[in-house]
Amino acid sequence: MFLDFEKQVAEFEGKIEELRHISGDGDTNIATEITKLQIKAERQLKTIYEKLSPWQKVQVARHPNRPHFKEVIKSLFSDFINLAGDRSYGEDKAINAGLARFRNQSVMIIGTEKGNTTQERLETNFGMAMPEGYRKAKRLMEMADRFNLPILTFIDTAGAYPGIGAEERGQAEAIARSIETSLSVNVPIVAVILGEGGSGGAVALATADKVLMLEHSIYSVISPEGCASILWRSSENATNAANALRLTAQDLYSLNIIDSIIKEPLGAAHRDHQTTMTTLGDAIESSLKDLLSNRTKNFRENRRKKFIAMTDNKLI
Amino acid sequence: MNWITNSVLPKIKALVQPREVPENFWTKCPGCGEMIFHRQLEDNLQVCTSCGYHFKLNAKARLKSLFDKDTLTLIELEKQLNSDPLKFRDIKKYSDRLREARTRTSQDDAIVIAEGELNGLEMVAAVFSFEFMGGSMGIAVGNAILKAAELAVSKKAPLIIFPSSGGARMQEGILSLMQLPRTVIATQMVKEAGLPLIVVLTNPTTGGVTASFAMLGDIHIAEPGAIIGFAGQRVITETIREKLPEGFQCAEHLLDHGMVDMVVSRLQIKEKLSSILSILMIPQINK
Ligand SMILES: [Zn+2]
Repeated sequence: MFLDFEKQVAEFEGKIEELRHISGDGDTNIATEITKLQIKAERQLKTIYEKLSPWQKVQVARHPNRPHFKEVIKSLFSDFINLAGDRSYGEDKAINAGLARFRNQSVMIIGTEKGNTTQERLETNFGMAMPEGYRKAKRLMEMADRFNLPILTFIDTAGAYPGIGAEERGQAEAIARSIETSLSVNVPIVAVILGEGGSGGAVALATADKVLMLEHSIYSVISPEGCASILWRSSENATNAANALRLTAQDLYSLNIIDSIIKEPLGAAHRDHQTTMTTLGDAIESSLKDLLSNRTKNFRENRRKKFIAMTDNKLI
Repeated sequence: MNWITNSVLPKIKALVQPREVPENFWTKCPGCGEMIFHRQLEDNLQVCTSCGYHFKLNAKARLKSLFDKDTLTLIELEKQLNSDPLKFRDIKKYSDRLREARTRTSQDDAIVIAEGELNGLEMVAAVFSFEFMGGSMGIAVGNAILKAAELAVSKKAPLIIFPSSGGARMQEGILSLMQLPRTVIATQMVKEAGLPLIVVLTNPTTGGVTASFAMLGDIHIAEPGAIIGFAGQRVITETIREKLPEGFQCAEHLLDHGMVDMVVSRLQIKEKLSSILSILMIPQINK
């Protein structure tokens, strides 16, 4: 699937496909032509991705082939033991969590999951968690605290689910408790924004010592469409809203809200999952090492100080 | 967290008297449809005298209704170096919206904090102003809540917050979202000092405000009919494509679903707070 600003790349790749189809073995002319086209396509991709507009980044961050949390689990963790349920109402598949081993370090991992197939997307509510999901996260963060396990969270959600049941079962309270617990545990927390970091539903899992963002991910107080329909009174102004909200990883880094940006491969994460996973793993390892090397182990106190100082005018 | 204490330079300000209104001013009550004399509403804390409908009450009138006479001290809020860090502009500039709101409300931002006594018991109160950009929470509001918490801790007094807010302030983008964890820290400061945090939910309390400090009180009191929730009703309807049940997200609905402790008429809130605080602050068992 090509995004509309990738039209030229799509044309090159279409031609390459065509040539491959008609070429026989050892047809050197066609092979040379294909190589030329591949170079052109890559160059084009590089040019496009070097200067993506905020609205284009929104589309990349939402790309259906972007690696999801379950792929992160498979690629970066061994011995994953899925833990289910909030112990009071239900199990929310929009948030996956459990015990795992990360490069020889035992950890607790928690992340939102959008799903790949239609069935999965329905089961996970397209990655929009219910209060039960946040309450499971709270339960498992507390467990991690008891067993001295670092917590790694992965965020890719448009936001918490807006529905009747979700409201009646206290969506707001569940998010608030998840933030509260994140600020109470005394183990290191590293959060990674994989794709979309949508509002309260995202910060519920991203109140962390280190917040990392993939290069083309976004993190925002409201979706550009939602913002446009309220402030511009028309969702057609989503492009303007995306510009104004300053929601790209680069913006957040310059505002001192996040700690680092994880580089994505040429043409973004959805084109090369394997490279993305390796870079992601290395970034997490280095953040975790950094935190664990702190001898005072005052993770809770430092985290609170970090958030109190955040958005201080002197820093932005 | 001394920076907050250090910056607390309470300046005593005379409480602004309610402004004079023309004698012939009448308001139609959305609750019962009756025309009510403006002055009558003002004397009744903006509660309809015939059906009890709760109109919005501005922050200063709210404070005046809570504190004992002559005990109220408004706390000066620290001016921000830059109140429009993103240079946000939609169909209007954020800096212009701020200027207009400041002129209209004579307030710096969407919150007022004060200390004083309630039936003789010391307390710190933080009251949102819905009339200031929908009571939205940006950096200034986050700072004020942290400051109110710090003040409560230093005075060993309970903190009572009266939110009335559409949520995070969009014009401050991600910086407003960061006020969720920041205000949660404020609740932790109060609770860890062994002091009560009471949240009085007034109409409306939604979005990022509900998803942070407003749902973390020891006690939640809601005003009758107040809309309280996470998502806005339009967003919910567009997502689920169903009609919302009668009374959805109303204070009484939240009471039924266990999200608030009680629904209390504005006219009885001072007395209710007084009974709660007298039990919490004057315990019978000495530790
Ligand atoms: Zn009435």
